[in-house]
Amino acid sequence: MKHPIELKINGDIYSLAVDPWRTLNEVLREDLHLTGTKLGCGSGDCGACTVLVDGRSVSSCLTLALEVQGKEIQTVEGLAPSGDTLHPIQEAFVEKGAIQCGFCTSGMEMSAAYLLSQNSSPTEQEIREGLSGHLCRCTGYIQIVDAISDAAQKMKQS
Amino acid sequence: MEQFSIVGKDVPRNDAVAKARGAAVYTDDMTLPGMLFGKILRSPVPHARIINIDTSKAKALPGVKSVITGKDIPKVKYGNWRLFADTQDEYALAMDKVRFIGDEVAAVAAVDKETAQEAVELIDVEYEELEGLYDVDATTKEGAPAIHDYCPGNVSVNRKIEYGDVEKGFGESDYIREDTFEVHAVSHAYLEPCSALAQLDLDGRITLWTSTQVPYIVQCLLASTLGMRENDVRVVKPFVGGGFGGKMELRTWEFCAAFMSKQTGRPVKFTLSREEEFLTGRRRHPMTLHSKVGFKKDGTLVAKDLRIVLDGGAYNAMGPTATFLCGNFGAMLYRYPNYRFHGQHAYTNKPPASAMRGFGAPQSLYASEIQMNMAAEALGIDPVEMRLKNAQVSGDKIPDVATISSCGFKESIEAVARMSDWKRRRKELKPGQGIGIGCYSFISGGVFNWFNTQYPFSAAEVRAFSDGTVHLLSMASDIGQGCDTAMKQMLAEELGLQMKDIRITTADTATTPQADLGAWGSRVTLMVGNAVLDAARKIKEQLFGALSARLNANVVYEMECKNGMVQPKGRPKKAIPFGDVVAMVQKSKRGEPLIAHGYYTPRDKGLVTPAFGFGAQIALVEVDRETGKVEVEQMWTAHDCGTVINPKGVEGQLAGSIQMGLGYALSEQFVMQDGKTLNTNFLDYKMPTAMDMPPSAVEHIDTYEPEGPLGAKECGEGLASPTAPAISDAVYHATGYRCKDLPITPEKILNSMEEGA
Ligand code: FES
Ligand code: FES
Repeated sequence: MKHPIELKINGDIYSLAVDPWRTLNEVLREDLHLTGTKLGCGSGDCGACTVLVDGRSVSSCLTLALEVQGKEIQTVEGLAPSGDTLHPIQEAFVEKGAIQCGFCTSGMEMSAAYLLSQNSSPTEQEIREGLSGHLCRCTGYIQIVDAISDAAQKMKQS
Repeated sequence: MEQFSIVGKDVPRNDAVAKARGAAVYTDDMTLPGMLFGKILRSPVPHARIINIDTSKAKALPGVKSVITGKDIPKVKYGNWRLFADTQDEYALAMDKVRFIGDEVAAVAAVDKETAQEAVELIDVEYEELEGLYDVDATTKEGAPAIHDYCPGNVSVNRKIEYGDVEKGFGESDYIREDTFEVHAVSHAYLEPCSALAQLDLDGRITLWTSTQVPYIVQCLLASTLGMRENDVRVVKPFVGGGFGGKMELRTWEFCAAFMSKQTGRPVKFTLSREEEFLTGRRRHPMTLHSKVGFKKDGTLVAKDLRIVLDGGAYNAMGPTATFLCGNFGAMLYRYPNYRFHGQHAYTNKPPASAMRGFGAPQSLYASEIQMNMAAEALGIDPVEMRLKNAQVSGDKIPDVATISSCGFKESIEAVARMSDWKRRRKELKPGQGIGIGCYSFISGGVFNWFNTQYPFSAAEVRAFSDGTVHLLSMASDIGQGCDTAMKQMLAEELGLQMKDIRITTADTATTPQADLGAWGSRVTLMVGNAVLDAARKIKEQLFGALSARLNANVVYEMECKNGMVQPKGRPKKAIPFGDVVAMVQKSKRGEPLIAHGYYTPRDKGLVTPAFGFGAQIALVEVDRETGKVEVEQMWTAHDCGTVINPKGVEGQLAGSIQMGLGYALSEQFVMQDGKTLNTNFLDYKMPTAMDMPPSAVEHIDTYEPEGPLGAKECGEGLASPTAPAISDAVYHATGYRCKDLPITPEKILNSMEEGA
């Protein structure tokens, strides 16, 4: 039996009917075509599916769509303020070479957003810890860590 | 060094903004109207004959649109080594036998994922189980059952190399050592699981969007397995989430998506789960390497005899190339005057091994680098000095293989020793600390035409427009490594334009120029780069002709493209904007567009590659003597990739290589039992995280590769090799444990320390 739900994603309200076993990741990607959120493992181990729910980073592959009714969901599509301006985190990822294949990128950015919302000037070690639930096979993480600390500085200045 | 304006600069990746926004579309992100979802039924047993398959219940399930088995598809074998048809040993779906747990038996397409899954579970397969053979000793033993009927004895590829006089060389050696090394399988673990989506076009052509490194190879092999003509199949590569060698063959789901879309008239998409990727996915070849090397007292290498058995798993996949290359890698890096190699590729009832970053080099070089260190110790020579003494230099000839052109190997060794303060640090190690070195050399693309293509190895088309923009078309595949950006940089450099002036279309077999062999073997920068420059130079020739006529210039004047202008060299006063000169060319040809084609095929470059990259790496580790845990404290790397096209790109490749090398050395391995892969998620398959990455310092050695585009060559693949031997050597110095069977685990270290005590 499908349940009617309302999801608030990036400020927009979506009314849908979903089976109770479907994950937030499936609903985002398959029903709403918000495909910036990726699926790398489906078991909570890679971080590629990370989104923010009420400001906290969660694995959308482990979260049921029904659980997040009425909550504020933010995906990578909601990070940039507009079509021609990037969020400082995205800007730093672009500039610092933190993106290669890009499959881990949106998840990394969402966790970075959460991290910086909790700690506006994290040390390198704190950034690494903040990323410890994320896997990247391309970059060796160095430029990602670099980008996040750069973004932290930019965000503090503005 | 040449002065460049865009090459060598940190321009951001072409696709970085799209990826940062989550707007880059990967195959599984795509949905087409009426699309069906595919699912594969895989063998639960390692080796069996298929007696019967009953699909009736699956077919009867509402929502199921197609169920296929080996009986329904053309009986055409495929494999990348088209040049030797007998190496092509795979069918898209099992015909009469399964050979590993995960072997593909049937496929379903249904209206949604859940129905597809349910239908797969309703297929009844009756197997007659056969003895499973899980290691090469078992399969190559006299009388072992044949895994493939065509191949009694189970050795599918034999490769021999011999030059000089090896026995005489050993006779002249003062010091000889013989060791056996075991290296293990690891996963590519690209973050994007494989995915393919096929659609039947109105006119009967199949379009396949797929997560691949080799659109052209997929196009050709897919056409042959479907019984269609090559150009009745169109393969498009969307954004790809990493490959590392694991996405360079035609795969079952690509075939099934195409076949079923033809059969149902509806688009069909298959996406693998991570569990499927781990359970059945391609992997790095496990190998046994027996290596005998002879040296003079002063450390000079005299002879080497290398025998390797590759555990290929159930099918050849890219195993023939790995076998071939291992022999070449065994004699690279140093001068081996007398060399003998015998490589054998053996079948086992395990998931097939295939190409993976480094492609035989990490295995071959693990053995040779460790032996180099052991010999240095025995002869009382510093390992750095020992390497400098034997290092290949520009102009060295490797028989049958190549003549080394640019070579910054010695400089790399010297640089890394200086950066790490090697001599002092080795003397002043704290207890539990160790420092070690590993080196590499790697190819810049392959020369051997195993795919038997009739096209140039790489091609590019450049279209120049009067608005000052240029459109670059190429079949090259950016799978994350950044080649689209590098190509644009080279083209902008050559035409004196900016990055923003260049539009790029790539990796679509219907619209980009034929052909390109794909992204593997570190071939793209050199080969596609040369094709791009060839096209750019043809465009320039036409621009220069038009400008010359317009200025009524003396024919001895050289022309150039610079800062968006075309001008006689060094005479900016006479410059005319690029776009205006394009218009002049067009007008002189009654409107014909200005388009040029460029090509590259290596010729007269030996058997292996036109150019080699080189490098050296040093690792500093600390080993906890209680727990055996290894902490890598620092890495130093110096490498020679010729001209650096994009420094951030190169550094990113290098850091990524260290991540992979670290995993190979210390944490990653498949846990197997009776042919079954037991660790099928990222929790149990332990890949290094941001917490595990050591600080690392890098130096690019300045060389210019004459065969490379603007002096560039390989980068980022060779670096998959030195990390494991460097760490291993450091662990030896810290603990006395000399690892001859990767990975290095705390248990192995503690056991050896106990034995030593
Ligand atoms: S896809 Fe959710 S953690 Fe990997
Ligand atoms: S950029 Fe490819 S996985 Fe991170």
